[in-house]
Amino acid sequence: MYTQALDVQGSDPAAPADDVSRERHFEARIEREEKIEPKDWMPARYRATLIRQISQHAHSEIVGMLPEGNWITRAPTLLRKSILIAKVQDEGGHGAYLYSAAETLGVSRDQLIDQLLAGKAKYSSIFNYPTPTWADVGAIGWLVDGAAIMNQIPLCRCSFGPYARAMVRVCREESFHQRQGYDIMLRLAQGSVEQKRMAQEALNRWWWPALMMFGPPDAESIHGTDSQRWKIKRFSNDELRQKFVDFTVPQANFLGLTLPDPRLHWNDAEQRYEFGPIDWGEFDQVLKGNGPCNAERLTARRRAHSEGAWVREAATAYAEKQQRRASNRAA
Amino acid sequence: MDDKRQWPLYEVFIRARGGLDHKHVGSLHATDARMAIDHARDLYTRRQEGISIWVVPSAAITASDPSEAEALFEPARDKIYRHPTFYDIPDEVKTL
Repeated sequence: MYTQALDVQGSDPAAPADDVSRERHFEARIEREEKIEPKDWMPARYRATLIRQISQHAHSEIVGMLPEGNWITRAPTLLRKSILIAKVQDEGGHGAYLYSAAETLGVSRDQLIDQLLAGKAKYSSIFNYPTPTWADVGAIGWLVDGAAIMNQIPLCRCSFGPYARAMVRVCREESFHQRQGYDIMLRLAQGSVEQKRMAQEALNRWWWPALMMFGPPDAESIHGTDSQRWKIKRFSNDELRQKFVDFTVPQANFLGLTLPDPRLHWNDAEQRYEFGPIDWGEFDQVLKGNGPCNAERLTARRRAHSEGAWVREAATAYAEKQQRRASNRAA
Repeated sequence: MDDKRQWPLYEVFIRARGGLDHKHVGSLHATDARMAIDHARDLYTRRQEGISIWVVPSAAITASDPSEAEALFEPARDKIYRHPTFYDIPDEVKTL
């Protein structure tokens, strides 16, 4: 679904002297818009930044299956249920593409998953919010996947080849996610008074967290400069957030729903919407693990991992048995 | 966090339509080639992206070294006589 600019931690030693010329060569390649491939020389900081960002992105996809998965058994129709299963399956697929991309940098998938399960890895703050009604599933598709697309489209041109190629695949699938979400909202907004209220309440819950998905304001973003110079990140957090607001306000208007921001208004001179202040205190709390569902999400992932252990063991044992039989036959 | 034997990595190649080459699309972990095919089907062909799948253990692939790219590929650069456009043929000569 998406990575957020939460690219945190990671102080790296300065490059040793003999690496300086290689680093200059590397920067020149980036400057020429060449793609960096896994076996190419790259600065340790570039590698560390990518491992951190791609794995956080992968974790976000996997944890992102939970809030929506919560509604698979209760989707209102068989068609909605089929759609939701397909969407959640896509998220799992996106996680798998991204773990593969991270692995090309020399980290193992088991290491990454261990970090997630140990609570040491970050994932997008948005998935720590609950989905109390069916309308939340609509709001997630429309807003959360919408914000994700805004972030991910520039990543298709990111300087690291495997990440860029994974994002192309992800973006191709993501548009369906956003549209099915808007379709749910549209139905509810055109429905009974209760349905419309349900849609409005879901919008109220998801609007601000969706804006937080773009990460802290540019003035406070610590990794912005390196990532932008290396062409991992093409636009700043604030630029993307503004673009998202400008795209989304008319969509909300069409639904006849009200965005929960009394300060929101069109600035004709600058041809953009102005919006009220974001509660970054809330964002920090969610990132620190104190959001409404942080504990629940990690517990669910740990349970899935430990309850699935016998499946992994059985598959390994079966493959070994087949191999033994094949070599016995050959002998 | 428990069983510490990571499944081997496979590279996946998909033929999108009849008449096209198999093209590398990504990688995945599986216990054996059969499971790799099953996973590749779920992971890379959810929207009819292919009609045929190849999987190859990643460890079986030998790749050229990027630091030797110059030595490998540069020599071809000054052999432009290998391209038909190198030759100037008079306009009067047709179908050549």
